[in-house]
Amino acid sequence: MNWKTFGAMLARDAHVARRNMIQLILQTFLQPLLFVFIFGRVMVGSGYMRADYKSLLLPGIIAISMVFTGIWAVAMPLIAEFQWTREIEDRLLSPINISWIAIEKVIAGMIQALVAGLVVIPMAWLVLRPGVDIRINQPVWFIAIIVLVAAFSAAGGLALGCSINQQHIGLMFGMVITPMIFFGCAYYPWSALNGFPILRWAVLINPLVYASEGLRGSLVPQFSHLPLVAVLAALLFFDVLLLLFGLRQFERKAVS
Amino acid sequence: MKSGESLIYCRNLIFNCLRTPMNVGVRTKDLRKVYTSAPPLGAAGGFVARADARGSKQPKSEIIALDGLSLEVNPGEIFGLLGPNGAGKSTTVGVLTTRVRPTSGQAWVGEHEVWNEQAAVKYLIGVVPQRPNLDFSLTAREILIFHAAYFGIGAKQRNERADALLEKFKLTDRANQMVRGFSGGMMQRLSIARAMMHDPQVLFLDEPSAGLDPQTRILLWEVIREYNQSGKTILLTTHYMEEADALCRRLAIIDHGRMIALGAPAELKSSIPGGFLLRLRFRSLSPALLERLQSLSGVREVRSADSLGVDVYADRGGSLIGEVASAAAGERSDLLDVRISEPSLENLFLHHTGRSLRD
Repeated sequence: MNWKTFGAMLARDAHVARRNMIQLILQTFLQPLLFVFIFGRVMVGSGYMRADYKSLLLPGIIAISMVFTGIWAVAMPLIAEFQWTREIEDRLLSPINISWIAIEKVIAGMIQALVAGLVVIPMAWLVLRPGVDIRINQPVWFIAIIVLVAAFSAAGGLALGCSINQQHIGLMFGMVITPMIFFGCAYYPWSALNGFPILRWAVLINPLVYASEGLRGSLVPQFSHLPLVAVLAALLFFDVLLLLFGLRQFERKAVS
Repeated sequence: MKSGESLIYCRNLIFNCLRTPMNVGVRTKDLRKVYTSAPPLGAAGGFVARADARGSKQPKSEIIALDGLSLEVNPGEIFGLLGPNGAGKSTTVGVLTTRVRPTSGQAWVGEHEVWNEQAAVKYLIGVVPQRPNLDFSLTAREILIFHAAYFGIGAKQRNERADALLEKFKLTDRANQMVRGFSGGMMQRLSIARAMMHDPQVLFLDEPSAGLDPQTRILLWEVIREYNQSGKTILLTTHYMEEADALCRRLAIIDHGRMIALGAPAELKSSIPGGFLLRLRFRSLSPALLERLQSLSGVREVRSADSLGVDVYADRGGSLIGEVASAAAGERSDLLDVRISEPSLENLFLHHTGRSLRD
């Protein structure tokens, strides 16, 4: 393993992220903030939603921001670099095993997802306040969960970015990301699906469910949520699955 | 091992590690590559259509890109792979640069087997792709600096090298601009500068002068010769015979993934019978006319290209035309079209394959 090469690639991604800072910020935070404002402020303020919905919503928004950011940060550059600009070729020729280039992308995506998650918390809190009741009783669980959520989003970005073509980006959002968000228990707890026996079990194949429920369990444990041990195990499972699949796809793209 | 011996052993080991590997050659043995879908990224030099999701539903067709290619590029030489599009040039470069997994056979850069020692090989090689693949998120200078950083070169050294190469390739005044707006020639120059940043022992250039203006081409040739003079090995692919002729010490002419000729450009050219090629077209063609053509003085070989066309290899060119025309008239035919070419690699290729390089 060549750490100098790995570090230089991370430095390159950080440099590019710094250069595109404003674009990144808008892309990452505008949508969740609008959601928070409409659902948390307008709907609750006008009485259509209960007051404690604010607290219920916050973990879901964090989960969506993280997952969306991680997927976007890894998948979009990969799609463009492999298919259009081919700029990844220079890194494929650097003295390092090519799997590490994919892992570097995942690490960079994880960092962006973590930053997105950690920045959304105070921003959303500012928009929603007063009336948000966050209780981080077990910080270790919280850290473990956000790290695993970041990893699954970045590894998912790798898997998606190496599996679809440029002309199918729209389809990816329509067929994968949108259903994932709506069936991801982000805007409602999993227990809200009790009345939908089939859907209730079907959504469990959606990794976002564990992200939302896990963050709910570690930030606002007063609401019902999936057991954190199950959440951790499921997230770990998806992390490994998506990473292995993503690495395989990456290699198939990189070497003919 | 005694302590004195082990000391010497260690010293030699360190010495061997520190010594920069000089004069690295390249070798392939029975290299075969069969694509089951369209050749992707690494191999397809540029504009080959790629199999997409829709394509995968169709029955897979096999494309034999390399068919048992064995070649040896000597350390320190400029070696050219000449052949038409689709001959297997880019696939050969792809295999040697870790980007294409051979179906069978082996390839070495120096003492390292390419597929099994990828990282070691990547230190030794620099690659200039057929189509620019510059990092569009960076400026010209950053592209060079980050490339050097990937190779573990320290900050001071990479800054110095970047400045020197930008100067050499006349890019200093555009150094801090994003490369998105660069012209094709500028991108190509920067690609070559980037490939040289880590001072590789073997430089691969895939169609380096495709699409370049004559001025840039001459600059490119100068740079390649100069780099070679510092003891570096250069392998370039081209379908411009002028380029192969001007630069290469030795050439391999390949077609359909096989080598059809190997040697110095002059040697190869002198192997064409006669040297001059006259491509003739007649109104009608009879065996008697072919015989008459063969009997003309200076004619070495006569081949009928199709029902009305004849390729004549001869020692002389224009002075034959009058005799050809009267021979045609004597056989109640007419000479309709004549193309004369002087001894060239193009003729050599045509002689071996019956096809033009540009077909």
